[in-house]
Amino acid sequence: MKLAPSAPHTHSGNAVSNVMLTVILALMPATLLGLYAFGFPALNTLVITIVSSLLAEAISLYFADKPIMPALLDGSAFLTGLLLAMSLPPWAPWWISALGGFFGIIIGKHIFGGLGQNIFNPAMLARVCLLISFPLEMTTWVPYKPFFSEQSPGFLESLKITFVGIPNFDAMTSATIMGHVRTELTVHHGVSSALASGHYDLFNTIIGTTGGSLGETSTLLVVLGGLYIIYKRIISWHIPVTMIATILILASIFHFIDSDRFASPLFHIFSGGYMLGAFFIATDLVTSPNTKPGQIIFAVGLAVLVFVIRTWGGYPEGMGFAVLLMNALTPLIDHYIKPRIYGRDRKGNPLPAPERE
Amino acid sequence: MKLFKFRGGVRPKGYKELSAVQAIEKLPLPKKLYIPLQQHVGEPAELVVSIGQRVLKGDLLGHSNGKISAPVHASSSGTIVDITYFAAPHPSGLPFQTIVLETDGLDEETKSVITLDPFSLSAEEIATRVGAAGIVGLGGATFPSAVKLHEGAKRQLDTLVINGGECEPFLTCDDRLMRERAEQVIDGIRIMLHALNLNKAYVAIESNKPHALEAMTLASQAYPEIQAVKVPTSYPMGWDRQLIKILTGREVPVGKRSSDVGLIVHNVATAYAIHEAIRYDRPLVNRIVTVSGDAIAQPKNVEVKIGTLVSELLAYCGIESTETRLVMGGPMMGLSLPHAEVPVVKGCNGIVALTDAFAATKTAQPCIRCSKCIEACPVGLLPLEMVTRVKKGDYKNAGEIGLHDCISCSSCSYVCPANIPLVHYFNFAKDKLRDQRQTQIKNDKTKKLAEAKQMRLEAIEAAKKAEAEARKAKRAADKARKAALTAEKAKQAEVAQNEGTV
Repeated sequence: MKLAPSAPHTHSGNAVSNVMLTVILALMPATLLGLYAFGFPALNTLVITIVSSLLAEAISLYFADKPIMPALLDGSAFLTGLLLAMSLPPWAPWWISALGGFFGIIIGKHIFGGLGQNIFNPAMLARVCLLISFPLEMTTWVPYKPFFSEQSPGFLESLKITFVGIPNFDAMTSATIMGHVRTELTVHHGVSSALASGHYDLFNTIIGTTGGSLGETSTLLVVLGGLYIIYKRIISWHIPVTMIATILILASIFHFIDSDRFASPLFHIFSGGYMLGAFFIATDLVTSPNTKPGQIIFAVGLAVLVFVIRTWGGYPEGMGFAVLLMNALTPLIDHYIKPRIYGRDRKGNPLPAPERE
Repeated sequence: MKLFKFRGGVRPKGYKELSAVQAIEKLPLPKKLYIPLQQHVGEPAELVVSIGQRVLKGDLLGHSNGKISAPVHASSSGTIVDITYFAAPHPSGLPFQTIVLETDGLDEETKSVITLDPFSLSAEEIATRVGAAGIVGLGGATFPSAVKLHEGAKRQLDTLVINGGECEPFLTCDDRLMRERAEQVIDGIRIMLHALNLNKAYVAIESNKPHALEAMTLASQAYPEIQAVKVPTSYPMGWDRQLIKILTGREVPVGKRSSDVGLIVHNVATAYAIHEAIRYDRPLVNRIVTVSGDAIAQPKNVEVKIGTLVSELLAYCGIESTETRLVMGGPMMGLSLPHAEVPVVKGCNGIVALTDAFAATKTAQPCIRCSKCIEACPVGLLPLEMVTRVKKGDYKNAGEIGLHDCISCSSCSYVCPANIPLVHYFNFAKDKLRDQRQTQIKNDKTKKLAEAKQMRLEAIEAAKKAEAEARKAKRAADKARKAALTAEKAKQAEVAQNEGTV
C-alpha cells in the first residue's frame, strides 16, 4: 500500500551534496594556487589524500553495511580529503597523505558513526595526529616554486619526490615563517629580526607567493572562497568574523605592550592558515555549535587558543589543536546555549502572564 | 507603522502568480453535495434531517452540539437522499457521517431576515448569530468563531487582528477576496469590533499582495479604527502568535491564549462570512477555494458550495496529470488527500495538485548538523536534537526539549538539505505522547476504580464481620439469658418445692 505523503509537499531544493560541492568549489582557487606554487609534487599530495579518503570512506561504509555510492557521491569524504591536503606540506611523502586520509575518515569520522556523528573535525584530527607522530615530515616545507619556473620539478621527478623522498633535502626545504619566528624566539631573537631574517613579506602571505601548507598560503584566495560560502548561506559570518576580530584585538594588545616579543596582529591573521581555519575548518557544520551565540563563544575560544599556542606553546602553529579542543567543547556549548522558545523564558518555564485590567 | 522582529521563518517560492490574477468564479451547481457533520474543531453537529426530506439553501442540517461545536447547513436546495459514512478529506480517507444532498438546480434560499443595522444588535446577539450561521475559522483552523466572540466579549481586549497573511505557497483565495470584496470584509471587521466592544483592528497583509493591501486600505479609509498593515512575506506569517508579535511586540506565554495578552485573531474570510451572516442572515454554505499546483491546467479561485466533491473542482480547472499528489490546503501544512472523491469542507482554502516531479519524496540522508532547521524554526526549537530523540523512541525527552511547543509548520523539513522528514517525526511523536497520556489517564482511572472496589469489598467484609460478631454476641447473650432464665425457673421450682414441703 502506498503511504499517504506527509507535509511539507514542497522543498527548498537544498541538498547535502550541494552544500559539499559549494564548499569544494570555494576551496578551488586556493587549491589551484597551491598546485601552481608547489608544482607536481603538490598535485601528488592532493590526489593521494583525496583518493585515500574516498577509499577509507568506501571501506568503512562496506564494513558498516551502509550503501556506499550515495555516501561517496555526497562529497563529504572528498571535502575532508581536500581540506587535509590543503593543510599538509605540499611535498609530503605519499604515506603521509595516505595515512592522513585513512586516519581522518576512519578514526575521525566512521568510528563515531559516520557523517554528522563525529565530534572532531576529521581533517584536523588527521593533521594533528600526523604532526605529533611525524614532526619532521610534517614540517618539511618547500619555498615558493611555481610551475614553469626552473625550480619546479617535472612530473617524473615529482613521483620520485613523493614516493622516494626529497633529493638534496637541505637545499630544497626551509621553515615556514611561523616556524622560523618560533625558533628565533626560543633563541631570544626578537620578532622583527626574526621576520627580517625569515624574509617575511606581508604581501606574499596575502597573495600566496610564499612557502607553507599546500592550500593555506594565499590568504586572499581563501578569504574570497570563504566569502563565497557566506554569500551562498552555507556558513554565517559569525565564526570567521569573531575569530578574526578576537585575534586582532588580542595580538594588538600584546604587540602594543611588547612589539619585539609578540608578533603583529596582521602577522597572525595572514599567516599559518588562520583564514582557512576561520572560514573552512572552524565553520565545519558537524563540529561547530548550532546557534549563533554558541558559534561566537566557540570562535572566541578558538582564537584565544590559537594565540596562546602560537605565542607560548610548543608548536609554531596552533590551529589544529585549537580546533580540536573547541570541537570537544561544542556539545557542552550546545547544551547550554539554546534559542529561547516562544512563550517561554530562557530556562524553559512559561513566561509570566501579563497583568491586565 | 513600526513592526516588531520575529525569529525564524522560511521563504518558500510562492507560485501565487498562477492563480492570483484569476478573478473569483462560481462553480456550476453540482448534482450532489456531500456535507459532513464534522467540519470543525470540537463535537460533530447533531443531525436534524432525515432521508427524503426536501431542504432549502441555508436550512439547518445538523445543530451545534455542545459548547465547542458548530452547526451545518444545506448549501443548496434539494432532497436529502442519503445519510451515510463518506470519505473525509483527510489522508486516511476514513469515513465520516455525511449528508448527501441531491440538488434540484433551483438553489432556492430560505427566506432571509435582513438585518439592516447590525450595530443595534448586542454583542451577545451577534455572537449567537455567528454561531448559528455555522461560522468557523476559515483560515484552516476551523475553530468555532462564535466561541471566540463570546469569550472575547468577556475578556479585556484592546485589538482585533485580522489575518490576511496567506503565507502558504499557491493559495490566493484570501488575496482575491480582499481585492474583490474589500468592503464586505471591512464591514465584517466592523461587526466584529462591535461584538467585541473594541475600537482597533489591524488587517495584516503580506507584502506579496500589494493589490489586496491597496483595496483594503481604500475600503478602510472611512474607518480610522481599522488599519491595513503590510507585513513581510515570510512563512509562517499566518501563525497567529507570529502576527501578534510582529504587530504588537507581545508574546503569548505558553499555555495561555492570545486573549490573555489582549488580542484576538480572526481570518479575513471569517470576517467576510460574518458580514454575510449578520447583514443578510446567510449561514456559511460557500467558500472560496484556490485550485492550483503544477498539475492543474487552469489554476483558479473558485467559490464553491460546501460539500462539493474535490473531483468536480479538478474537472472544472482541468488536471493535466493522473499521477499527482492532491493536497488540501497549502503545500507546507496541507493534508494529502487519498483521492478526489472527498467533499470540500469549511476549512478547505485550497486544493493543490502537484506532480511527482514537484513533490517527490526524496530519501533521507544523515543529518550534517548544518543548523538550517534551527535557523528556520519560528518557535526557537532544536529540530535536529528533537529528531534524534524521536528516532530513538525517547518521546518524553523530545517533549522536554520542546516537542510540545512545535507548531508543525514544516519550516524545518522545508530547509533540511538531508531531506529528513523532521515535522513528520514530530507529528508522529506528538501522537505517541498523546497516546501515552491517554493510556496514563486510563490507567489512573482503572487504578482508582480498582482501589475503590477494593475498599468497597473491604467495607463489605468488615460489615459482615461486624454483623457476625454482633450475631455471636447476641447469641452469647441469649444463651446467658436463657441460662439465667433456666436457673431462675429452677430456683423458683425449688422454692415452690420447699414451700410445699414446709
